[in-house]
Amino acid sequence: MVNILIISHSLKIAEGTKELAEEMKQDEVDIQIAGGINNGELGTDADLIEQKLQNMDYKDGIVVLADLGSAVMSFNMVKEWLPEEKQKLIRLANAPLVEGAVLGAVEASLGKNLEEVMATIEENSIINKNNL
Amino acid sequence: MVNRTKKLLLKTAAVIIENKEYLTELDAAIGDGDHGINLARGFKKLKEKLEKENFEGRDELFKLTAMTLISNVGGASGPLYGTAFLNISKVISDNKLDLDDLVEIAEESIAGIQKRGKAEAGEKTMLDTIIPAAESLKHSRANKVDLETALNNCLEKAAEGMKSTIEMQATKGRASYLGERSIGHQDPGATSSYLMIKTFIKSYLN
Repeated sequence: MVNILIISHSLKIAEGTKELAEEMKQDEVDIQIAGGINNGELGTDADLIEQKLQNMDYKDGIVVLADLGSAVMSFNMVKEWLPEEKQKLIRLANAPLVEGAVLGAVEASLGKNLEEVMATIEENSIINKNNL
Repeated sequence: MVNRTKKLLLKTAAVIIENKEYLTELDAAIGDGDHGINLARGFKKLKEKLEKENFEGRDELFKLTAMTLISNVGGASGPLYGTAFLNISKVISDNKLDLDDLVEIAEESIAGIQKRGKAEAGEKTMLDTIIPAAESLKHSRANKVDLETALNNCLEKAAEGMKSTIEMQATKGRASYLGERSIGHQDPGATSSYLMIKTFIKSYLN
């Protein structure tokens, strides 16, 4: 099963996003978070991102949702430190954090493969909120 | 030589820590107001490590600087300066540095920062200090200027570059969200880069 990593500058955003996504999942998807620095301050912890990517099961792929600048920058840097084979299985979704995580959790828990989960997130996570 | 470089890095840490409030004020005007706090956190940790450990070569010192900033800064300046210092660690030798070496160090720093931040000159970033400084070194090398003059010219161009960010509109990073309102403020990243370059050059000239 594809697993999900949520990276945010804020621990609260990461925790809240995980909570929302878990509410929707149909099966046991592993949703991990790397939020904030020093247990609650705002920022990005590259070591924590690395630790999560080292420890998560990646055989079916990991989809990463990240928020602003340094979250993306730190993720890209840490990813480059991993073996190339593993790098191919870790993908950053070009999507808003919350919508991407919720959609990803649903798709992954339905047993979709990495390409399918990524395609759904990137095509459908920009929602026209005035037509809901 | 290794001890001198260690002293230089300790001096850099001291300068950044001294300027924590100033850098944070600059960042509060156009960003998230944490540039000074973040960099000071990273350099404080670096200072502790430098004081505790012994080093065989300059490459080790710069690698430690890179990894410490990457692990402790917590903002974009961590990966940006971290990758610059990591690149420097790959090219620096323990010999006395000449103008060729300094050009290489400057170019590697720029390559590291661009790899992470994907910015070009004129986007109101640290590169607006570092690129003119690097160009000045290259110009000096082409014109066979002596090292001392070359370093003084480089510092002048770095300062001009830093000040040139005041009139720029940010198109990268958090400041870009402010659009035109980012104009009129000096970029905090360009300022911290200037402080580092100034520390390097002053200590080299002494």
